[in-house]
Amino acid sequence: MKSLLIQGGRIIDPSQGIEAIGNLLISEGKISWRGKGEEAPPQPDYDTLNAKGLVVCPGFIDLHCHLRQPGDEEKETIASGTRAAARGGFTTICCMPNTNPPLDNQTAIEFIKSRSASEGVVRVLPIGCISRGRKGEELAEMGELTLSGVIAFSDDGEPVPSSYLMRQALDYSRAFELPVIDHCEEKALTEGGQMNEGVISTRLGLRGIPSAAEEIMVARDLALAELTGGRLHIAHVSTEGSVELIRRAKEKGIKVTAEVTPHHLTLTEERVIGYDTNAKVNPPLRTRQDIKALIQGLNDNTIDIIATDHAPHTEADKLCEFDLAPFGISGFETALGSLMSLVHNGEISLSTLVAKLTHEPARIIGNKYAKLGTLAAGAPADVTILDPNLEWVVEPKAFASKGRNTPLAGERLKGRVMATIFQGRLVYKDGSITVKEG
Amino acid sequence: MRTTQVKPRVTETTTAWRHHHILDIDDFTREEIELVFQTTRAMKEVLSRPIKRVPTLRGKTIVNLFYEPSTRTRLSFELAAKYLSADVVNLNAQVSSVAKGESLVDTLGTLQALGADIVVMRHSHSGAPYIAARYIEASIVNAGDGWHAHPTQALLDLYTLYEHKQNLKGLKAVIIGDIMHSRVARSNIWGLTTMGIEVTLCCPPTLLPLGLGGEQLPPVKIEPNIELALDKADMVMTLRLQRERQKSGLLPSIREYIQLYQLTEARLARAKPDALVLHPGPVNEGVEISPAVAHGTQSVINEQVANGVAVRMALLYLLSGSQKQ
Repeated sequence: MKSLLIQGGRIIDPSQGIEAIGNLLISEGKISWRGKGEEAPPQPDYDTLNAKGLVVCPGFIDLHCHLRQPGDEEKETIASGTRAAARGGFTTICCMPNTNPPLDNQTAIEFIKSRSASEGVVRVLPIGCISRGRKGEELAEMGELTLSGVIAFSDDGEPVPSSYLMRQALDYSRAFELPVIDHCEEKALTEGGQMNEGVISTRLGLRGIPSAAEEIMVARDLALAELTGGRLHIAHVSTEGSVELIRRAKEKGIKVTAEVTPHHLTLTEERVIGYDTNAKVNPPLRTRQDIKALIQGLNDNTIDIIATDHAPHTEADKLCEFDLAPFGISGFETALGSLMSLVHNGEISLSTLVAKLTHEPARIIGNKYAKLGTLAAGAPADVTILDPNLEWVVEPKAFASKGRNTPLAGERLKGRVMATIFQGRLVYKDGSITVKEG
Repeated sequence: MRTTQVKPRVTETTTAWRHHHILDIDDFTREEIELVFQTTRAMKEVLSRPIKRVPTLRGKTIVNLFYEPSTRTRLSFELAAKYLSADVVNLNAQVSSVAKGESLVDTLGTLQALGADIVVMRHSHSGAPYIAARYIEASIVNAGDGWHAHPTQALLDLYTLYEHKQNLKGLKAVIIGDIMHSRVARSNIWGLTTMGIEVTLCCPPTLLPLGLGGEQLPPVKIEPNIELALDKADMVMTLRLQRERQKSGLLPSIREYIQLYQLTEARLARAKPDALVLHPGPVNEGVEISPAVAHGTQSVINEQVANGVAVRMALLYLLSGSQKQ
């Protein structure tokens, strides 16, 4: 493969503390050289991608997505999901095991790995189940799952209802040093719930999901992480109370990390008014006050990363009564555009945003498979190029994902992924980007 | 009773009508509710004639699409449509499971193709008429959706109150019972407060949804003590209490509910002597209301039923001249 020079972009790489205009050279699928300003590369033979006015950063890493394969291929497949990820700037995505059958055994993990290798366009790292069959009754074979290459364990979609089982999961997994990711929801408080419980659920006559349902489980899991010393990762934090609980746990030295989604950072429960089933998501969209706390949590590192919880569904799935619609938002292709609103409003810095999408999730995954989330020489050439100021309109029909379920249809976002490079290969590029052959 | 002619009277005022659907009462202004009153009065005159029929909606097709069992509301809409000479068909549908079966949107497509002008819809899921309204040209009338709204019931309740009191502003209304699961309560809260009526809600705290009594919703008072709530009330509405509320743990027992919240003669005596007693039906006599009160001189429960037909005639008439926006 010929070398590629990404020329004149603003390179942001939080893993090395870099934010400067420069050139980046990719050779043999790896980052080979970085030069400041207009410094010329050490070799003459390369193609050139002009990135003037654009931001060049490590490829995004998503610790939480649903690829639906095997079992629900009409919603998404590894082929469509990885293409959607590439359009969103993601070069590494971690898929949740709530497929059918679930990813609770070596064979299932091997299937994901082989399909990803043959049909995927970005790196797919599977997450294995915590419990056999995701039933919350007995542990899955976590050791064998680790040997097959999972990067974490989760029964996502469902919480681990039994405190006993959660304790064993956190304890047993210490042997493999992989995180246990919990979807924190006290089901006794959320039965039949459709949206955040509050003024709007009262108005709309929809059964509510109180913040307390999440916070009770977060508190329980933190206590169990303290008890066992296991690695806990809290999925999709959505409430002010959860942020506060995690902040205090981190102060105490409990081994916990946490994620927040782009939709919980940018949309409120008001999106449900009019019964838009595309705004139905679990945990539910909350309030402005929660958003404020989540942003503060990102800025003070209480919340380590941003993860999409990309949850594609078919149009028919969502075209029904609100109570009957499944939860979930198709998130890969709007993630950056949504998140950039926080940067444009001055709520987080661009380098923080990039860190939460690259270096920080890479730290949670570790270096077992590759050196991820960095533009350091020798690392895989996973690079995302974005235009922070380009305005565009969300058109779900143009999505690569089979899931067009977004509450943002028709909305104008400012900030767009222009090109995605995975292991040195351009896996997505906007029509305006040209590569000049050298 | 005034003997106004239906036709001229109403055509004058339809210009102020801007609703193509009736989904909830929360987007009705005070003037619009008054227009409904005015039109209802004309319809009551029609109902007082020996032959209760006018040709107003001849050639229009009205479908009663009921996903939930209902006797009085369906009957009321059916009669209203017939008195206006519309063609009426009743469709008792089943809520399609998430699995398959004809979906709501498919059913509406069928009704559209069959040429329905107005679809009267009752559904067990909140918001279903809103989804329906996005996929059909016909007018949708919400005849009750889940816990959310029952606008025609609220309008007939308001009209019944209006017939007795004329000036509604400053009256004191009390709603007693299961507010949480009641679309009637929700729509009445909007309607009553829009008309300048002071509303007090009285129920066990477990049956009160979050946020009511707060600043972001219409101004209501919360008073869990029934004696205090009823003090000097002009109107008392009790709501049906379903036995499953006890099963789901919201109440320790129906027995205790009766003890604390049943509207009895002794309790009603705390309201004004001319206070009206309303109930959206069907009544659980001996649970939320004592038989003596339900059948007492202050009860207007049967008037509500009669007014229901006139209000629905008025609404069908007003909608028949509307255009999809």
